[in-house]
This record gives sequence, structure tokens and C-alpha cells, in this order.
Amino acid sequence: MNKDKLTQNSGSDKFYKGFIYVVLIALAVIIIVPVLWAFMSSIKQDGEFYGSPWALPEGIYLQNFADAWLKAKMGSYMLNSVVVTVMALGLLLAVALPASYVLSRFKFKGNGFWNLMFMAGLFINVNYIVVPIFLMLNNGDKVVRSIFGHPILLNNLFILAIVYASMSLSFTIYLMSGYFKSLPKEYEEAASVDGAGYFRTMVQVIMPMAKPSIVTVILFNFLSFWNEYIVSMTLLPKPGFKTLPVGLMNLMAAQKSAVEYGQMYAGLVLVMLPTLILYILVQKKLTQGMTMGGLKG
Amino acid sequence: MEINKGRGRFIFLCLAPAVLLFVIFLIIPTFDVFRMSLYKWGGYTDNKTFVGMQNFTKLFQSDKFYQTFQNSVLLIVIVTVVTFGLALIFASMLSREKLKGQNLLRVIFYIPNILSVVVISAIFSAIFDPNSGLLNSILNLFRGSGADPILWLGDQKIVIFSLGGAMIWQAIGYYMVMYMASMANVPESLYESAGLEGAGRMTQFFSITIPLIWTNIRTTLTFFIISTINMSFLFVMAMTSGGPDGSTEVFLSYMYKEAYTNSSYGYGMAIGVVVFLFSFALAAILNIVTKRDHLEY
Repeated sequence: MNKDKLTQNSGSDKFYKGFIYVVLIALAVIIIVPVLWAFMSSIKQDGEFYGSPWALPEGIYLQNFADAWLKAKMGSYMLNSVVVTVMALGLLLAVALPASYVLSRFKFKGNGFWNLMFMAGLFINVNYIVVPIFLMLNNGDKVVRSIFGHPILLNNLFILAIVYASMSLSFTIYLMSGYFKSLPKEYEEAASVDGAGYFRTMVQVIMPMAKPSIVTVILFNFLSFWNEYIVSMTLLPKPGFKTLPVGLMNLMAAQKSAVEYGQMYAGLVLVMLPTLILYILVQKKLTQGMTMGGLKG
Repeated sequence: MEINKGRGRFIFLCLAPAVLLFVIFLIIPTFDVFRMSLYKWGGYTDNKTFVGMQNFTKLFQSDKFYQTFQNSVLLIVIVTVVTFGLALIFASMLSREKLKGQNLLRVIFYIPNILSVVVISAIFSAIFDPNSGLLNSILNLFRGSGADPILWLGDQKIVIFSLGGAMIWQAIGYYMVMYMASMANVPESLYESAGLEGAGRMTQFFSITIPLIWTNIRTTLTFFIISTINMSFLFVMAMTSGGPDGSTEVFLSYMYKEAYTNSSYGYGMAIGVVVFLFSFALAAILNIVTKRDHLEY
């Protein structure tokens, strides 16, 4: 009450508030304008890029997207990206959820050790170990070739998905364990009284409660798998066989010599559109999930 | 007895897949980095010669490595100081004042975080383009259109700051959200009583907000070091490839080039070891320097 009065009365406060608005809006403009500009450029014809970069597009030139999709093969790269991301997410959830449940709610020999190991894994970034992983798969391929006649480990979307899932294990287990630890022991006791086994308790009692946390895990990992390019570039060395961000890198390089700007920006929009759409959707869903959890508790 | 056996089997089945993936794709490659740094190994042959610390002595005598070191440290300092300062100030503005459109602003600030580094690099390549770039076309309003274009990515003295600018643009929203989350836990009553005693906004910021979120600030400082080393690699690979003339070569891009592109695996891994130890040492030093008594509220 008192504070409100103070705020309303002083003129310098009003000035300060106006100043804050200006600064924050300026930052918002700096962040949003380049993104919107990229969208705008994706519907321009190549000739328009020689004028002022701020000029509005003369029309909606959708041929850019067709070119990017077919000529630059972004369509097939997108399919690869979808396949890898979906496989990696499925695998990650199948492997990490049971592990974090067991690690956080059961006492057994080695529990402390593995908790510590997965924690330590948080500090190991994939950028350091991508070359040893490549060499490991490459050596594996030599063995495979001598047996089956052709290599299968490199240029394999499924292997890439396994590597992605492994890289996210530490983070996911850390996040999910934190949630599982917060649940009271009574849930398992009640389920056990009702005659449910360990497996049924986990799948039918614990996992449904963890849904909001699982959604968070899916969101973060979707973004990192979809946007990743170093591992993908290294483990899929075959030309013409890429994921979307690596395809975009190719378009960037090609644009320098062949000045196909429109096609490049169309490709760029193809990479970022799914993440933007998901972000807008989940932004709402996350807050909904939180309030719902609050009501139930 | 029966129940115990089932329990053990359940734990094993839940944990084994995660442990298996973790060991194969994280632990073994990490050990490989350290082991391979002691070998001389070039190309795809299996000829490995144990050379002890020779890779390391070679590394510390290389001018290229010192340039890389300088670039990386410069980027760490610039990106940390600017992002940290701005994110902290903006976060306190957003969380201390009642503003209209607060949620929208927060949503916008977080957008760079969901974009692929390749997308950001493509956008910033367009911003920094000397002739038709967004930045030069704005500056030409002030400098007159006859002025020589500034080569944001082509001038050896400027390029590292351009890179830093793109990295700050990418990181600022993430840290703002982090700081806002911990500022929300600071009780309003503290500010009210400080306001009654006549403490201005600046005093409140430095003697209430900063001390009370100190733990969070310390954590983020470690994040800054680790993530700047990693992100600078991703940005460099997509935007400048270390050029012009090595002026943006950073730790991990140098490692990746030596190991993967140049096929001198042993030498590359030695770089990885040095960077790994360096980042840990830096994080530890920062942790000790910033240690304060924990404040309760």
C-alpha cells in the first residue's frame, strides 16, 4: 500500500519506468528483428538482394522453398532429421526413465557409484569426444566390412540416434531423478498393497505423475537433437546424406559462390520453423502442466 | 527371498541399458582422449607409436596454439562479462518492476536459445555482410554511404568481436531467465523495508538482489566458462572456420581440425586434454575467488 503511493507520487519513478520500457523493448527488437528479417528474406527473389537489405519483398516468391526442398535436397535432409530426432527421443526415454527411477528411489549396491558417474557425465561435452567416437565406429566398420562385406556403423541414422541419446543421458537422469526424489514413498507402498509388481508400479503409477517433467525433458532434448550439427557432420560423412543443420551449412557455403540467397534463407526457415512452432505450443502447455500439477497436489 | 530376487532383477533391467550406452559412448571415448594424447597416430592406419609427452611439448611450442589460446580467453572474457552484466541488469528490471507485456518480453528473449547455431550463424553472416549487410547499412546512415564498408568478418582485428557479439545475442536470454527464476525467490518484504529506510534502486540491487542470488551467480560463472568454450567452437565452425588467417581459431576448432580434418589424432587429443584441464582449473579458481558466506533469507 505504502509503496504504491510512493511509486505514484514521484516523477522520477515514472521517468525510470519509461526508461526501463525503452531499454527492454530495444533488446526485444535486437533479438526479434534478425529472425523476422530471415523470414522476410526467404520470400525474396535473388535480384532483390542487391538493393537495400531493409526493403520489403516485392512479392511472395515461394519458388525459394521448392528449390531448397528439391534442388538443395533439404526435403530429404528434413526426413533424416525427423527420423534421427524421433529415434533418439524414443530411445532416450526408454533408457533414461527407468534408470533415473531406479537410481533415485531404490537402495542397492553400486547406487552411489552410478549416481556419481552420471553426475560426472554432465561435465563431459560431446565436442571433446566426437573424434574418438568417430574412430571407434570407423574401426568397428573395418571389422564389420571383413565379415559382412560393407560398413554399417558410419552413415547410419540409427547409430547417430544412439549417440545423441547417450549424450543426453546424464542431463536427463539428473533432471528426472530430481523429480522422482521429491515423490513420497507412500505411492509405491500403496501400489504394492494393491498387488502391483515393480514394473507395473513404475509404468502405471510413477510415470503418469512424472508427465510434466517428461515433457520438459522431451522439449530440451528435441531442441538439442534437432539443432545439433557437429556430431551429425562427423558421423554422416557420405555426401548427400545429412541432417537439416548440416544441409544448411552446405547452402551457406554454396551461397558464397552461386549467390542463391533466396534458397539459402528458405532452407534456414525450414530448419528453425519446427523449433519455433514447438516453442510457441509448449510455452503454453508447460504453464498449463504446472498449474494442473499444483491443483492436484 | 522370491521378492528380493525380483527386485534385484528389476533394478538390473532398468539400469543396465543406460549404463551400457553411457560406458560405450561416454566413458570409453573420454578415456580414449587421454590415452590417445600420448600416441603419435596419423591417418587411417593402425600404426600408433607411443611418444609420451611429446605431443604436449610440441603443443606448447606452437605459435598456432598460443594464438588459439589468446582468442579463446578473449572470447571467454568478453562474452562472460557482457552477458553476465546485461543479463543481470535486465533480469532485475523485468522481475522488480510491474510491466505490461512482461511475459511476451520473456518469450522473445529466450528465442535465440531454441535456434540452431547454424541458423544464428547464417543470420549473423547476413548482418555482418560488408556490402548488403544489415549492420553496415544502418551505420552508413551516420557515416555517409560513401564510406568504406567495415569488414566485420574479414578484418582480423574486428572479427573476434563480431563473433563475440553473435554469441552474446545467443546467450543473453538464457541467463536472464536463470537469474529471474532465482530473483523470484527473494522475498518482497526485504525490498519494502529497504525502500522505507530510503534505499534507492541501486542500493537495493547491490545490497539485496546480488547477495541473495549469489549462489546462483557462482553456478552461472562456471556455466559461462564451459559453455563459451563449447559455443565458440560451434559458432566458429559454422561462421568463420577459424579465419581470416587463424584470427578466430578457438580451442576446440583447433582440436577438431588437427584431429579430424588433418588426421593427426594424437596431437589433436593432446589439445583436448589441455583444454579440458584448463577449463576445470579456471572454473575451480573462479569458484574459490567468488566464495562468500551463504546468506539466508
